[in-house]
Formats: sequence, structure tokens, C-alpha cells
Amino acid sequence: MTDRPAGRSRAAFAVLVLVVLTGTTWYAAAELQRARAEQNAPTRVEVTEDVLDGPHVLFRGTAPGELYGRVAAVALDDLSGPREVTPVVCDRVSSQGATTVCLRTRRGVVTTYEADVLDAEWRTTATWSLPGIPSRTQLSPDGLVATTAFVTGHSYSQAGFSTETMVRDLDGAKVSGNLEDFTLVADGERVAPVDRNVWGVTFVDDRYFYATVRSRSLDRTWLVRGDLTERTLVTVLDDVECPSLSPDGSRLAFKRDVAADGAATQHWTPAVLDLATLEVTVLDAEQRTVDDQMTWLDDTTLLYGLPRADEPGTTDVWSLAVDGTSKPAVAIPQAWSPSVVG
Amino acid sequence: MSGLVSAAPAEAGSPTSTSHGRPRKRSRDARRRAGRVPSTVVTLGVVSFLTDVSSEAVMAVLPLYVTAALGMSVIAYGVVDGLVQGAGALVRVAGGWAADRTDRPKWVAAVGYGLSALTRVGLLFAAGLPAIASLVVTDRIGKGIRTAPRDALIAAAANPRNLGRSFGVHRALDTAGATLGPLLAFAILWAIPDGWTTIFVVSLGAAVLGVGALVLLVPDLRPRQAAWLRTHRTREDRGLPKCKGCTCDAAGGLELAGRPFSWSFLRGGATVRLLVVAGVLGLLTVGDGFIYLALQDRDGFATHWFPLLYVGTNATYMLLAAPIGRLADRVGRARVLVWGHALLAGAYVCAAVPFPGAATTIAALVLLGTFYAMTDGVLAALTSALVPTAVRATAIGTAQTVTAVVRMVASAGFGVLWYAFGSVEALWIVAAALVVAVPVCAYLVRGGRLERDADLVEEIAA
Repeated sequence: MTDRPAGRSRAAFAVLVLVVLTGTTWYAAAELQRARAEQNAPTRVEVTEDVLDGPHVLFRGTAPGELYGRVAAVALDDLSGPREVTPVVCDRVSSQGATTVCLRTRRGVVTTYEADVLDAEWRTTATWSLPGIPSRTQLSPDGLVATTAFVTGHSYSQAGFSTETMVRDLDGAKVSGNLEDFTLVADGERVAPVDRNVWGVTFVDDRYFYATVRSRSLDRTWLVRGDLTERTLVTVLDDVECPSLSPDGSRLAFKRDVAADGAATQHWTPAVLDLATLEVTVLDAEQRTVDDQMTWLDDTTLLYGLPRADEPGTTDVWSLAVDGTSKPAVAIPQAWSPSVVG
Repeated sequence: MSGLVSAAPAEAGSPTSTSHGRPRKRSRDARRRAGRVPSTVVTLGVVSFLTDVSSEAVMAVLPLYVTAALGMSVIAYGVVDGLVQGAGALVRVAGGWAADRTDRPKWVAAVGYGLSALTRVGLLFAAGLPAIASLVVTDRIGKGIRTAPRDALIAAAANPRNLGRSFGVHRALDTAGATLGPLLAFAILWAIPDGWTTIFVVSLGAAVLGVGALVLLVPDLRPRQAAWLRTHRTREDRGLPKCKGCTCDAAGGLELAGRPFSWSFLRGGATVRLLVVAGVLGLLTVGDGFIYLALQDRDGFATHWFPLLYVGTNATYMLLAAPIGRLADRVGRARVLVWGHALLAGAYVCAAVPFPGAATTIAALVLLGTFYAMTDGVLAALTSALVPTAVRATAIGTAQTVTAVVRMVASAGFGVLWYAFGSVEALWIVAAALVVAVPVCAYLVRGGRLERDADLVEEIAA
């Protein structure tokens, strides 16, 4: 048998199958064991209680170990201090204290995504499915929930993406539907680019909000002012992404792509827009690229997440002064998606 | 994999067939001969299965990897996509052309498969988005290179009478891999939450096995040489001694095989007709993504199962590809190709009707899967039967490129309708356009007008 070329080829293929199967099985088993050990290892963070009763910052904990992904809180006056850990696991959180919105990934052979509204006891009061990877969420004091999810193609031939951004109320009832369907008014004219995407909502009140609209075909990225009653998005300024309204309502923190034209990837730098004068201050004290919807710690300080270069999956929340006078510093180590509850 | 099929149509007399023959009027041997799919086709199906498990496992989790592990947004990931689609389409014609020129489709395909396998090695070391993006581009180029030569190999190995069935069997295995890959990847992530490297290692393993199966198990078919041998049966014909007044110095005349490559196949009436029909229907084929989005826009059922909608489509495609290929061999491949688009119209209607729920969603997916079973492999079978062997890979590549490019145009155009009129209205418009276009195209291909050009018949074995 093996003296024929075809026989030899078959034997060679059988050996190849054996080698590959053994190799991948061995590797997967070792990885499984490592992951089990890591998941069950104690998370090395200082844990405390009663933080949630006072002013605090709620966030997703990213310290490796058994508490990975669990939502936690630190006291507003001691951001790098001990944290109180909640029972829920979320990818993104936004909280108003008594109510919290949590976007999460339900893993399995079929991985699904959902948004949950949680009460002060972390019980789910409303839930709805998201069509893709959770990206941003904002909960307004008026009880409006904005969620952005990436709707990704699953097929090789149809990768590509779009975002779905919706506003709902706390019961999960649709308030806006997909914001892409709002009338877009650019520079005073009604336009309808086919590939527009909306993301990064920040609420002004129970009717108005700011968000980002991008059209790749027109190569424009706008800051828009949205109106939930008129169902319109009116452009305000170019090159403003992921706006976040300051507590006093006078400024927007956002990220701006400062990469050279034609660069393969974006480089986002934090910036602040004064809504009265439309004057932009680029905060280039931060040299790294920031891909997050920033949060205002107070009227003078921004918070945003950055991944650690050497530890995949672990992130830190950094702070940066809006006057650009100081270097960025780690505010909450091993954290992501901060939400300030005053 | 070779247990239930014979090595080539020529040796189909052996009584080892198990499941493929189906009783009709003809004799047992004859029906076995017609029903059987050559082992080379099945092996190529296994190669595609492994390669699709490999690529789709990575593709399905790449957006998650970029966001969760690298901490970036998918927006950055989406940037490379449009560019890649265009490059992939052009490379496809080039891959076919190289296969035809060299008359070595196996080795051209091996370059494409090998290139994709190399990107899996790269993924293990890639850090950062530019590296990952360039690996995705390279992978797609590999896919572009291999597709047409591989289809030419299938056409060369298959019995011309059951080309449709052979392509159907191949596409069924191919789709099975595309369905299994993402499920496997998500199962790994389920067991190992940060198991990205494990996914990449498994993907590399599958890709290596795919290339291995191609290189070690698929015979080095020479379609052009084989066609020349079929039409030059005697020693005289083959330029061996005893020639009739020709120059006899080319004693090893077997080296030069058949008609040389020429782009003139593009001037053939039937080929142009096919490209026009494929182009027109392709213009009314908007991406699956839009159908999924419309379903998801309408009801919670589709939103909850959104990540699984493609599985419904693929499962249908997988189950029906071979039986529909067989049907196409009997009732006419062009007819099946054209009428498949009527089912696409049905899928649009299911996504547009105001009856949300499981029933219309599932119906839309089943119709979409059946549409793919009636068009994708059938187009390759139709093209292979239509053109001379010397240009077959190029012609297949061209037909697939035309389809891919007009579908891209269609998706862009449909986007305009979607925003101008709304998703439901846009779907109704395209469905209505299909209802008009399908009968017109059916008229264009009526009565065997897409059969082989008369002057090509000489190549078929008597």
C-alpha cells in the first residue's frame, strides 16, 4: 500500500492529521486549565463596603481573577482606594444611583447581547436584546437610556459594520427607534447619506441630546444636536466624536481623530468644545489614542478608559484636567466604563 | 472521505456505491455512473470545509477581539473592509488566468490556500490593528486567488453531465465549514473567556490540514492537456510518428495541450448572455446584512437570535446545495439560476411584511438559503460547461467577479433606497424589480440558449 505514491500521500496526510489534532488539543487543554485557574484565582484588589451609599464612581472592574468584569464602585473622594463589588457583570455601565443600565454579553455557543435596567438591589427590572457587541450607554436623570451596539457581519464575504443607536425608556419601550432613521440636516440642508451611522449619545434633557454621525462615503464626521420630538439630527460641527456633556452643561468633551489623512488607523485625542463659542481646545497632554466616550468627574476633570499594552483585557481609568495644564494620571486602576454618581 | 465515491467517472463500474444512486428507469450501473460525485470533488469540498472553519472562526470573533482584547472600537476595524472587497474581486480573475495559463489549477489554488494559512501564523504574533487589518487583507487575497482554480478543478474532475451536483456537494461542505467555524470559535470563548490564542491555534490547525489535504490528496489535474488528449485520439492527432505532412520534430507533442488561452471567450454569444443575466440579477441582490437588519428592526425574535440568523441561512444552503445541483443538471442550470432569484424576492417579502415573529423570520432565512443553493454553485457549473477548457478558470473567475461587483453596487444602491424610503419600502421595491427581472431573464436563457457554443462540442468525449 505505502509503496504507491497515492498511498504514501495518504499516509503523509494521516500523519499530518494526527500531528495537528494532537497539537491543537494539547494547546487547548493547557489553555483551558490556565483559564480555569485564573478565573478561580482571587482578584487582588482591596475590597470594602458602604461605598455605594455615598457619592461614588461605578465602573466595570477589569482586575483578573474571580471578580473580572464585575461592576464595582469606589468613593468619589478616594478613586484609587478600596472598591465595593456588586454581583452583576457588565461590559458597559451607566448609573444614576437608584437605577443602573448594564450592557452585557451572554456567552455561549450562541453568543447574544443584551441591555438590562437594574434597581438599587441589582435586580433586573427591564431587559432587551442588542443586535451586536455593546459599545456605549448613557442613562439620563430623566430616565432615558441610550445604547449603541455594533452590528457586525458574520459572513466572510460580508464583514463590515454598522452601529445601532437607540433611545428607550426605563421599561425598555422604544422612544426613538434607530437614530439612523431620524432626519439628518447637515449645514442647513436635508441629507441622507446611505452609510450614515450614529453613536455616542449624551443627553441634554428629556428632549434634546448630542451624538456623532459619520458617513464614510462623504468622509464626514459630525457633532449633531438631536431632537426626540421632531425626530431630527442637526449638524453642529465637524470632527467631533463621542461627545459627553459637562455637568454644568456648557461644554462637550469628545475625541478627535488627529491622524494624518490616509493613515491606516485613527489616532484620537481628547478635546473640549465650548458650546457658547464653538471653540475647541485639543488636550494634547494625552499622547495616546483614546477610544472611549469620556465622563466628567466634575467640571474640571475628565475620566476615560485605556487598555494596558502588556495585559490584554485589563484597562485603567485615567483622569485629565480640561485646562490641559497637567499630565494624565491613573484615577481608578483596573477599571472600565466609569459612571459618576454624585 | 473516499469510501462512498469512485476516483473518476471513468471507473464507475465498480459496485461500491452506497448512497448516491437513486432508482429511476435507467440501469443500475448507468445511474450509479451519473449519480456519483468523484472523490476529487469531495476532497476539494473537505479542503474548503477545513479552510472555511479556519477563516470563519477568526472572522466571527475578530470584531470582539478588537474591542474586548485590544480595547478599540469596531469603527477602526470597518475601515479596511471596502478596499478589501474590491481587491479580492480583481484577484479572482487573476487567479483564474494564472490557472489557465499554466494549466496547473491545483498549484495556483495551493498558493491561495497557503497564503491564507500563513496569515493564521501571523495572527498568533500580530499586535495592534494595522497588523490585523493587513492580515485580513492578505487572507482575502488568498481567497481571491484560490476560488477560480479550485472551481476549475471541480469542473475538470466532474462528469460533465452532473457538474451541478458536483458543485452542489462542494458548496455543501464549504458552507458546513462556514457554519461550524463561528460556532466553534464562540464555544472556545465560552470555555476560555480570553481564549483568543486558542482560537487562532485551532484556526491555524484547520488551515494547515486544508492545505495538506489539497497538496497530498488532490491529483494534479491538467484540464487543458486532458481536453487536448480527448480531441486528439490517434497517434497522428497527437503529433507522434506517422504524421500527415506536419513537422514531426515535436515528438513529445503532449507538452503543448489544446487551444492556447485567449480572452476571446468574452465575445462568445452565450458567455455574454450569461454575464448579462448574472449582472442584471446581481444588481437586484442586496446583501444578506440588509435582510437581517430589516428582520431585526421589526421584531425581538430576530434581534435576540441576530448572531444566529446566518446559521439558518447556511443550514438551508448546506442541505439543499447537492439536491438542487442535481435538479439543475436535469432541468437546466440557467433556468435554476434565474428562478432562484424568485425565491430571493420571496425572502425580501418575508422581511418586509408587517407580521413580526418567528414564522416570517424563519421563512426569510430558508428562502435565502435556498436562493444560495440555486445560484452559487450553479453559476460555476453553468460557466464551466459554457466555455472551452483552456479558459475555464478565467471564465469562472470573471462570472464570479461580475456577480460580486454588481452585488456591491446593489448594496450601495439599496442603501440609498433604504434611507430615502425606509427599510420596508426599499425591500418591496427590490422585490418588485425582481418579479419583473426574473421572467425577462428566464426568457433570455430560454430553450438551452446557455448551452455550450456549437463549435466547442468537439471537446466533449464521444
